[in-house]
Amino acid sequence: MEIVLAIAIMALGAVVLGAALGFASIKFKVEGDPLIEKIEAILPQTQCGQCGYPGCKPYAEAIANGDEINKCPPGGTEGVQRLADLLGREVKPLNAEEKPKQIAIIDEQTCIGCTLCIQACPVDAIVGAAKQMHTIVAPLCTGCELCLPPCPVECIRMEPIAENIDNWKWKYPVVEIKAAPLKEAA
Amino acid sequence: MLMNLFKCKGGVKPPTNKTQSITLPIATAPIPSRLVVPLHQSIGGTPRPIVQAGDQVLKGQLIGEADGWISAAVHAPTSGTVVEVAMHVQPHPSGLDAMCVVIAPDGRDEWIAHQPFDYANAAPEAVREYLQQSGVVGLGGAVFPTHGKLTPSKTVPMEELVINGAECEPFITCDDLLMRERAEEVVRGIGIFRDLLQPKKVLIGIEDNKPEAAAAMRAAVGALGEPFSVVVVPTLYPAGGAKQLIRVLTGKEVPAAKRSTDLGVQCFNVATAYTAWRAIAHGEPVVSRLVTVTGNVHAPRNYEVLIGTPMDELLQLATPHPDTDGIIMGGPMMGFLVPDRQVPVIKATNCLIAHDDRLFPPKPPEMPCIRCGSCAQACPHELQPFEMYWFSRAKNFGKTQEYHIFDCIECGCCSFVCPSRIPLVQYFRFAKSEIWAREREKNAADGAKARFEFKQLREEREKAEKAEKLAKAAAAQAAKKAAEAAAAAAAGEPVAEGAAAAEPVAAEASPVPVAVDPEKAAKMATIQAAMERAKAQREASQPKNTEALKSSQQKEIDEIEARRQAAHLTEAAPPAATGEKTE
Repeated sequence: MEIVLAIAIMALGAVVLGAALGFASIKFKVEGDPLIEKIEAILPQTQCGQCGYPGCKPYAEAIANGDEINKCPPGGTEGVQRLADLLGREVKPLNAEEKPKQIAIIDEQTCIGCTLCIQACPVDAIVGAAKQMHTIVAPLCTGCELCLPPCPVECIRMEPIAENIDNWKWKYPVVEIKAAPLKEAA
Repeated sequence: MLMNLFKCKGGVKPPTNKTQSITLPIATAPIPSRLVVPLHQSIGGTPRPIVQAGDQVLKGQLIGEADGWISAAVHAPTSGTVVEVAMHVQPHPSGLDAMCVVIAPDGRDEWIAHQPFDYANAAPEAVREYLQQSGVVGLGGAVFPTHGKLTPSKTVPMEELVINGAECEPFITCDDLLMRERAEEVVRGIGIFRDLLQPKKVLIGIEDNKPEAAAAMRAAVGALGEPFSVVVVPTLYPAGGAKQLIRVLTGKEVPAAKRSTDLGVQCFNVATAYTAWRAIAHGEPVVSRLVTVTGNVHAPRNYEVLIGTPMDELLQLATPHPDTDGIIMGGPMMGFLVPDRQVPVIKATNCLIAHDDRLFPPKPPEMPCIRCGSCAQACPHELQPFEMYWFSRAKNFGKTQEYHIFDCIECGCCSFVCPSRIPLVQYFRFAKSEIWAREREKNAADGAKARFEFKQLREEREKAEKAEKLAKAAAAQAAKKAAEAAAAAAAGEPVAEGAAAAEPVAAEASPVPVAVDPEKAAKMATIQAAMERAKAQREASQPKNTEALKSSQQKEIDEIEARRQAAHLTEAAPPAATGEKTE
């Protein structure tokens, strides 16, 4: 009799806990992979494809699946560092040279209004219409350079973003080391 | 009037050095050789220039239009000709250029037609807009557009209006002289703020090292019969910080990430009240301000200076000593060495100090932090500068924010008391600007991501819409054909021979059960018709490869055909009639 009771109690416990776990797995289901989201938050969202993937999200997925973390030149060395911190991997030098932040500029005199760059821009930063002059909305441009190849008249150039009063940053305090005045040799 | 004062935490007592510049009354600085008026002089949007090179302007004429609500207009400080609208070096620690309107004065100093603004009969919105149009901004140094602070909160009743005449920073005496000489206009200006905000109390805080100013203000308040209290507060740097003065006068401590308006308190500088009154009562926009010129000069004094006056020309009025090697804009605690002596005086310029090594000996080198805690005791905001220093130095910006770096007002008390002479405030400024830059980048990245995803969505949608449109067009085409066929079929039923003659295909199809369903029949008819057409087309096109043969080819074919016939593979057929292949 006792053994039956013990089995019954254990069975009941198993059923209750199983139900609780089953409920939790439905109620607290994690949509998507949180790691991919964290990786994507570090990537600069230029959608430039320099990593070999069609956008930042596919690269984030690839990193989560074990791809290298040093394929994102716009993210820079700092981006690699942050990815390494997040994933517990080793910091590697970037696989391309790091460029200063830049934006595209359309030479509006040369532009023929072909709309090819508008189609190429991944972030909708170019305005214009067929046979009308196009222009770049500077604050929206991520500097991905994807508009350069399709332009048939080569009227788009990249320019580094100059420092101005609005984006100027205080510099890291540097301790000046001055040479002590030389004493005459005694 | 007896009043219970509260104590603010921390603070330091640097030598005040104020007596040098208060011996002489305010003088009006002469019109300089040229005026460089920066467009961006206040917090918020950069005003848009509305003049161009060659334009004649009059004193007080609008030259920069406010851009957005938090932005204030900019006016020509004197009459003359606009020389250029171009980039010029700014009185800013960066030493970078910004857009300026350069004016060559004609010396006549001729005003635009200006008249008082009837604010008693105007709606509060109209008064605020008028102050924005007049370029009235906070002249205490933060240059926040004043009209933006004159909207009473809808949820919190306005308790106290605090007027800041503390002027706690050493060397600076422009507010002191203003209150001594122009107290009545200051009090009238405070009256405007009072009318707009409707506070329960108005408190004017003045440090106890300015008894003449306090007396003048008391006299003016009494003469005008206003119920304002002039309160003398102890001299302690930085008692003139807005949050510190509010704490001392009202006992209210503004919590982190909140504004004083959330507690029903608003704070204005005395000079701001003065300019607001000049704008309202005389129609004069802000084209000049009081500037203390002191430091390493023969005759320290306060001047009424046109905005845009080159600092070097202003300094010459006070005859600087020859060993002067720079100009500090602002006080010794929070000011900075201007990058170029020619930079213009702006609305934020309350003081120029001629710099030399005797007054400001070069700082000995920085030494390691010994964690003595002096900075934490001196901090008026009860922060822990030594912790923030450590994390700023390590570029661990998340941690600096945990220690509330954004509550730091950069008053410099911590650097002042540091026995290791660590430039703490510089580290905090570095950390703050890095955090802001990251925030900007993050926002830009989020925006780019959202637009990228939207673009993808849009492309998908366009593709789907195109496919749908094509399908619809095809369906419409088919329906049209079906209708035609059905019409033909319907016509073919009653007069069979006519229909058969006209459309043999339809006639062929129609004998199949008619009664079933006219629609189905129509569909069947179309399919049949299509099949017939395809067959006919095939038949018409297939023999093509045997057309126009050369005689040699024809001969070859004939031979092959003869062989096939001989082998009984096929029946005798006229050569070249069909291109049938052997199975």
